[in-house]
Amino acid sequence: MTDVVATNETILVVGGGISGMTAALEAAECGKQVVLVEKNPSVGGRIAQLYKYFPKLCRPSCGQEINLRRLKVNKRIRLLTMAEVTNVDGAAGDYDVSITIHPRYVNENCTACGACAEAVTAEIDDPFNYNMKTIKAAYLPYNMAYPQRYVIDPSIVGSEDANKAKAACKYDAIDLDMQEQTIEIKVGAVIWATGWRPYDAAKIQPYGYDRYPNVITSVEFERMMDPFGPTGGKLLRPSDAKEAKSIAFIQCAGSRDRNHLTHCSRICCMASLKQSTYIGEQYGDDADAKATIYYIDIRAIDRFEDFYKKVQADEKVHFIKSKVANITENRDTGDVVLHGVDTEGYHRYDNTHDLCVLAIGMEPSVRADQIADNVSADASGFIQMNGAGGAIFGAGCATNALDVNRAVQSATAATLRAIQVVNRVSSAEA
Amino acid sequence: MSDVNTAMVQKYRNDFLKEVEENVEEGHWVKMCMQCGVCSGSCPFGPDWDHPPQEIFMMIRAGKRDEVLTTESMWMCTSCYNCIVRCPRELPITHIMHGLANYAHRLGIAPKMNPTRRFSKIFWNNIAKTGRVNELALSLKLYFMDGFMSGIKNALAMAGVGIGMLKTKRLNPFALINHKGVKNPKELHVLLKKAREIEDRRKGIAR
Repeated sequence: MTDVVATNETILVVGGGISGMTAALEAAECGKQVVLVEKNPSVGGRIAQLYKYFPKLCRPSCGQEINLRRLKVNKRIRLLTMAEVTNVDGAAGDYDVSITIHPRYVNENCTACGACAEAVTAEIDDPFNYNMKTIKAAYLPYNMAYPQRYVIDPSIVGSEDANKAKAACKYDAIDLDMQEQTIEIKVGAVIWATGWRPYDAAKIQPYGYDRYPNVITSVEFERMMDPFGPTGGKLLRPSDAKEAKSIAFIQCAGSRDRNHLTHCSRICCMASLKQSTYIGEQYGDDADAKATIYYIDIRAIDRFEDFYKKVQADEKVHFIKSKVANITENRDTGDVVLHGVDTEGYHRYDNTHDLCVLAIGMEPSVRADQIADNVSADASGFIQMNGAGGAIFGAGCATNALDVNRAVQSATAATLRAIQVVNRVSSAEA
Repeated sequence: MSDVNTAMVQKYRNDFLKEVEENVEEGHWVKMCMQCGVCSGSCPFGPDWDHPPQEIFMMIRAGKRDEVLTTESMWMCTSCYNCIVRCPRELPITHIMHGLANYAHRLGIAPKMNPTRRFSKIFWNNIAKTGRVNELALSLKLYFMDGFMSGIKNALAMAGVGIGMLKTKRLNPFALINHKGVKNPKELHVLLKKAREIEDRRKGIAR
């Protein structure tokens, strides 16, 4: 596990989401040595949790399959999962990096047969499904996880459950003595692609995410559509598992708000437009099924305008130009009531819906000023691309709120910058 | 300029936003409104406003000077600050509403019979007289604002509260004749007069 060979001609990629994977693959396919570090037990990141992409409404698993294939065959990429970069020191062409690897308790003998999960009784919250369901404490993060290798949750290590899992394993894949370890490597350039996380919806007090079960976030709504997700691919609202037919979407939930995130998260408009199509997909011509999008202004950037037009033409989708002031709950029915005043005529409304989806904003997973001394953060904590960061290059949502398309472009750009640095190193050493 | 000329300028003036920015307290924030509507939806008195704050900001920008300055809407504000807390752009909406009300009053075009305006006047005259509020005189003046009979009615309705306050020594009946103000109210009056002069000059309000 510790035999990570890296020199100052190696490129370190931090984060194995769509941006990090893209950067690592493109650098490696250009002949560079790459160490790819992922915090979770599997690569894939947020795109693996999406049901569909906008605007083509295609499945993210399709592109992920291609990327995983590229990753599996590429000998130049050293993938470290359950690993975190804890320190970066040095300058362009010469970085010392500390990486802490957390124990998986499962080694490479694992065939993902699932016998350990059957043996274990303890259950844990499933982070892949935003804790909307529980899974066994011996688990495969999700069906397409790579590496295809189970994880034993540290909470059961030392318990009878862990011993049962070990006994159930026919391949001697479970090693309960694994310890956390820290390795020090040298690299020439760093691509920082730690991505984003949804803003904490509970902080938007008037919307009652922490008080009303039928107020959920867009990322949670997305999980509902997955056939393997917490609701088996049905739009069942959390309070009573009733089919949600009248669904409200609140835009700028956390974004463009000086009390929360000052920036526009850019993807949420398109995400809600996309998600409004799920209602037609689920209920067909059912007259009760409708989406209502509450917005300040729809920001369907450049070519996405076509998609916006298409959704506007859909009779199932209604638009109300208004930022909802607050939400209350009908205690008898569990329905949510949205209160506000619209901007087109200043009409006061109190609209009842089965379910309310907050189009939640993006914030950086790791604030840029926590990466290394000379990496600077913008007002929202994204990496500022001002050239001051030496050969630490931001990629994807670590640099800005981006959709997948733009994240991949950004990753490619970062890769090119990193390649130039290690090329300079190798020509100096030649 | 001739009178006709002045009248025409007045009629076609389209720089009301500028006027608000210059003369209304916190008026420079009006242009920052992005018309999301959270303030209007959050206002507990919202349904009673002719024009909610969001609409007032738009009216200012559209140059609807008379409609804005003569409306009773901003006089409805109770300073609960819900709008300020929720405004995504941190506009000091409460202060702007009070600023607009004050400006309209100073121009002499605020609705004459608006109860908030009348109470504010009573309050100001009361406190400016001695430098401290004479609460008993203020309450009585308020009760009798609409004449003797309604004053008696109001006073009777509040009698229980008054007796309770008397018992707990929260109300001094002699304050009516023996109110203690600041040490030298004459100096306060000079000060207030000067402040008023400076403000009027700045806002171009003729006295």
